[in-house]
Amino acid sequence: MADAAKPAPTKGGRANTKKELPEHFKAYKHVWVAVEIEHGAVHSVSFELLGEGRKLADKRGVELAAVLMGDDREALGKAAQDCFEYGADCVYIACDPALKHYRNETSTQVLTDIVNTYQPEILLLGATNLGRDLAGSVATTLKTGLTADSTELAIDEDGSLAATRPTFGGSLLCTIFTLNFRPQMATVRPRVMAMPEREEGRSGRIVEFTPNIAEDDVVTKVLDFIADRDSDKAALPYADVVVAGGLGLGSVENFQLVKDLAAVLGAEYGGSRPLVQKGWITSDRQIGQTGKTIRPRLYIAAGISGAIQHRVGVEGADLILAINTDPKAPIFEFAHLGIVADAVTLLPALTEAFARRLRVTRMAS
Amino acid sequence: MHIVVCIKQVPDSAQIRVHPVTNTIMRQGVPTIINPYDLFALEEALRLKDRLGASVTALCMGPPTASESLRKALTFGADRAVLLTDRYFAGSDTLATSYALSMALTKIGEEFGTPEIVFTGKQTIDGDTAQVGPGIASRLKLNQLTYISKIVATDLEAGRITVERRAETGTQVLATKLPVLITMLEATNEMRRGTIAQALEAARAEIITWNASDVGIEDLTKCGLRGSPTIVKKVFAPTARSEAAAMIEAEGTMDAKARAVVDAIFARAPGVEDDLTAQALHHYV
Ligand SMILES: Cc1cc2nc3c(=O)[nH]c(=O)nc-3n(C[C@H](O)[C@H](O)[C@H](O)COP(=O)(O)OP(=O)(O)OC[C@H]3O[C@@H](n4cnc5c(N)ncnc54)[C@H](O)[C@@H]3O)c2cc1C
Ligand SMILES: Nc1ncnc2c1ncn2[C@@H]1O[C@H](COP(=O)(O)O)[C@@H](O)[C@H]1O
Repeated sequence: MADAAKPAPTKGGRANTKKELPEHFKAYKHVWVAVEIEHGAVHSVSFELLGEGRKLADKRGVELAAVLMGDDREALGKAAQDCFEYGADCVYIACDPALKHYRNETSTQVLTDIVNTYQPEILLLGATNLGRDLAGSVATTLKTGLTADSTELAIDEDGSLAATRPTFGGSLLCTIFTLNFRPQMATVRPRVMAMPEREEGRSGRIVEFTPNIAEDDVVTKVLDFIADRDSDKAALPYADVVVAGGLGLGSVENFQLVKDLAAVLGAEYGGSRPLVQKGWITSDRQIGQTGKTIRPRLYIAAGISGAIQHRVGVEGADLILAINTDPKAPIFEFAHLGIVADAVTLLPALTEAFARRLRVTRMAS
Repeated sequence: MHIVVCIKQVPDSAQIRVHPVTNTIMRQGVPTIINPYDLFALEEALRLKDRLGASVTALCMGPPTASESLRKALTFGADRAVLLTDRYFAGSDTLATSYALSMALTKIGEEFGTPEIVFTGKQTIDGDTAQVGPGIASRLKLNQLTYISKIVATDLEAGRITVERRAETGTQVLATKLPVLITMLEATNEMRRGTIAQALEAARAEIITWNASDVGIEDLTKCGLRGSPTIVKKVFAPTARSEAAAMIEAEGTMDAKARAVVDAIFARAPGVEDDLTAQALHHYV
């Protein structure tokens, strides 16, 4: 993305002008989501993008399409049905043995070929490791603009995609346009957009695309895949309840209090970035702008000040409870519930109170 | 072997403040640093140098003051530093940045030998896009290896490299041919301190400085703001939520406070209580 720091010049450059879209770009139509499939499973971020893409397509009065790449036609067919039920009108399927595992080389080529053949005006991808790996190559190959890690997508009055993203470490937001190039590309992180309602039985059109690739020509080989152990997987982005700690806990030993509460609530635990830097938690448990975005129904933040970079990762939570000794801590500006208290003594009491309460309601029911 | 590491000089954004009235960045006195993610790339390059005897070139595109970061890279052990600087580069987005850097990389190849490996960081802390690395790889047709957590083996004779790559649900082991572009994952290593001798040498070292025409850029419309398909139309501060938190004012023991918190939570989110109860039942059955 452009460096927002530099003021847009008033003369020269293109910053304030909008040339008429070149004739050959007017053929670019419809909104697409490049669906992320790894090891047979569709990443939820793709469905979230279909939900958002649906709104954009309706606003533009065009179709919403999903692109599926893989090696198992039957599995792709199932995924296509999911895409229809989450809002797609059309699904492009590219099936080839060389697309068994995600590789930049093969996926870039196939996706670029499909884009050049069917010409979408907007192309969305998840800002995951896979999506970021692919989006950068595809945008460069197509020589078009790409807004990374967008937090808001909208259609401007003139029909262009307006992609908003944080800049300067989240202190500011900026809205970015790709006016004179097509497709307009953007990535969005998991959980930034809400999961759309599923419409059972909804269907659409399937277009088969024959990829022009051959495994023998592919330079990069996948030698092995070591799946994460379940215990290593932090399911933070999709957890219903999250308990997190910050520097206010004072020590790694006290962080155990966060884990204890999480255990009683069947919740995931996480923390602010300094805890990762101190080695108290692993980086996949960091919550915030450079960590995970979460959307739980309940978020409990203990000893976290609520810096803007933390805030942007938790704003999608339905209910935020903040525990902090400082009544002026910024977290109280965006939490729904707050208590000024020492987290080190309150957390164990809270664990106990929750356990008791849940036991009582359980017996009563 | 020749390795090039792309480093960016960035404002230390931990120290950036936004002017409360004008919503502009207050840059005065904000120190600049090497993009923290790039240090993992640089350290990995230096480790390969230790193991295999490579020469390491640090490349940075930025204003003339970015030479400070390059000098720092020399004190850590880089052999050569190249600064790509030109007012035409101002306002570059990822497409224009990857264009300028790929032209500089080609020139570096001509002058000092084609690099077998180009490293970048995972992302910058100011641009924060993670797209410049993939952009360079596509332009130079380098095999692209992103989010690399470990370099397992480098076989220079056979021109092959094996790495571990962080995928969404596990670790991929990938083998590919050199030359490659690697974006290094964070926390994979720790930057060395550099010796006093290196620091002394770095202080005197020449920073090779090139402008657009030096690296063979003739079409300036591919650079800077003009070469950037994305356009920043609006910069604004996040809106504050209208209401502040409802404060739970419980007196008495910690237990009383804890009960008040649980009551307040479940009063606002009765559905959560139902689900937690159901889940607890399930757990104990
Ligand atoms: C580019 C960039 C990206 C970043 N990305 C992230 C990110 O993704 N996630 C993230 O979290 N941060 C991120 N940060 C860091 C962020 O700016 C803050 O520094 C960080 O969130 C602060 O962590 P903290 O709240 O744990 O610590 P502090 O800010 O030190 O706050 C500790 C809080 O604990 C309170 N406290 C002290 N003692 C107690 C006690 N006994 N009981 C209860 N409360 C107590 C204090 O009042 C204080 O409010 C980023 C920064 C930058 C520059
Ligand atoms: N101006 C620059 N000079 C040198 N390297 C850069 C520059 N901009 C980006 N990079 C490299 O590209 C990586 C990704 O940057 P970004 O796409 O901005 O997140 C960084 O970690 C750097 O290694």
